[in-house]
Amino acid sequence: MRRASLCLLLLLLTACTHLPGREARLYDELGGEAGITRIVEGMLLNIAGDPRIVGHFRDAHIERLRAKLIEQFCVVADGPCTYTGDSMPEAHRHLHLTPADFNALVENLQLALDAQAVPVTTQNRLLARLASLRGEIIDR
Amino acid sequence: MRGVICGLGLWLLAGAALAGDGRLLATGGASSLEGAAGGGITPWAVLTGYGERDQWGASAFATRVETGDYRLDAAGLAVAYDNRIELSYARQRFDLGSLARDLRLPHDSLSQDVLGLKLRLFGDLIYDRLPQVSLGLQHKRQKDFLIPELVGAQRDEDSEAYLAASRLILGGAFGYNLLLNAGLRYSRANELGLLGFGGDRRDSRSWLGEGSVAVLLDSHWAVGMEYRQKPDNLSFAGESDWQDLFIGYFPSKRLSVVLAYARLGEIATLDNQDGVYLSIQGSF
Repeated sequence: MRRASLCLLLLLLTACTHLPGREARLYDELGGEAGITRIVEGMLLNIAGDPRIVGHFRDAHIERLRAKLIEQFCVVADGPCTYTGDSMPEAHRHLHLTPADFNALVENLQLALDAQAVPVTTQNRLLARLASLRGEIIDR
Repeated sequence: MRGVICGLGLWLLAGAALAGDGRLLATGGASSLEGAAGGGITPWAVLTGYGERDQWGASAFATRVETGDYRLDAAGLAVAYDNRIELSYARQRFDLGSLARDLRLPHDSLSQDVLGLKLRLFGDLIYDRLPQVSLGLQHKRQKDFLIPELVGAQRDEDSEAYLAASRLILGGAFGYNLLLNAGLRYSRANELGLLGFGGDRRDSRSWLGEGSVAVLLDSHWAVGMEYRQKPDNLSFAGESDWQDLFIGYFPSKRLSVVLAYARLGEIATLDNQDGVYLSIQGSF
């Protein structure tokens, strides 16, 4: 047991220090523009069926939202895009989104990623980057 | 005690009726042996259920640990509100099995009640700059004190405290999510309290370290290990630190199952107590 513990610990330590430069670009792992488009559309469809948060999107211009989300995911994934939408705090102003709302969105995104058969490790890379935006999204 | 449990039960019903599911799958943890949300033998800083801000969460669990010589059964319930405060109750029954037969002990089992309070102090499991840190208090009452008293335990009731820190690092283990937990406990409970509190060798509380590491293979499966330091207050037998390797399955926010291989060392003179741990939790 002690040896197994040591091995796992070493494994974890190396995992934490491995170089990001060797990884494929997240944008490519997500399937490029076509893949990101399917992921965003899947997420929006899931949200449309989610009574917990669909209300927040009632006044949204869905076609514009779709386009801006695709741009944003592309930029977040180091893709060849420019984000032309509002800043995150601006886009969520007066929505009073809660931590629970944010997690509901994450779950709808996870379902979309699963539906596109995106590997778990790739999902985690995307989620880790989006998670850093949380502070600019909730409680605005 | 019964009043408190009834109250907790009513609160559980209220919690179940108003329960939220604002947190991500598996972030409510399983139920530890002492009733607090966590792993199996150690609590985590997370609160039970899936309630976020202004939401309720609740859970009920049953656990069995079977070592061949001994069997430990635990069951209980927990309620959390606002992702801030958790109240829990657990009843443990430790079946002395072969030891009771061989030594013709007056009881063949030892039981205790554990009432727990956990307060999230600051931080967040996933998002904040700081890890989630919680303070826990447990009040334990041993219910069959004859044997513990005979072997040197000083009291049948005691309180203890712990600090727990938990962090989920997204992609932290070769791209898989990594959960780290560390805890510090201030306790003099012998074998969780089943053998009473304080002893002939040492009657003051000790600072005890505990922790766990888990890797989430996807949103539903986790594998990991736990370690829990234990005091050694009684001279009639040694008390070992506990450790286990576990696999947890979270098919939904309603159900979790944890299977573990536990190494519990020496318990009440019988050494090499390795065994199987199985826990089922329903959450609302």
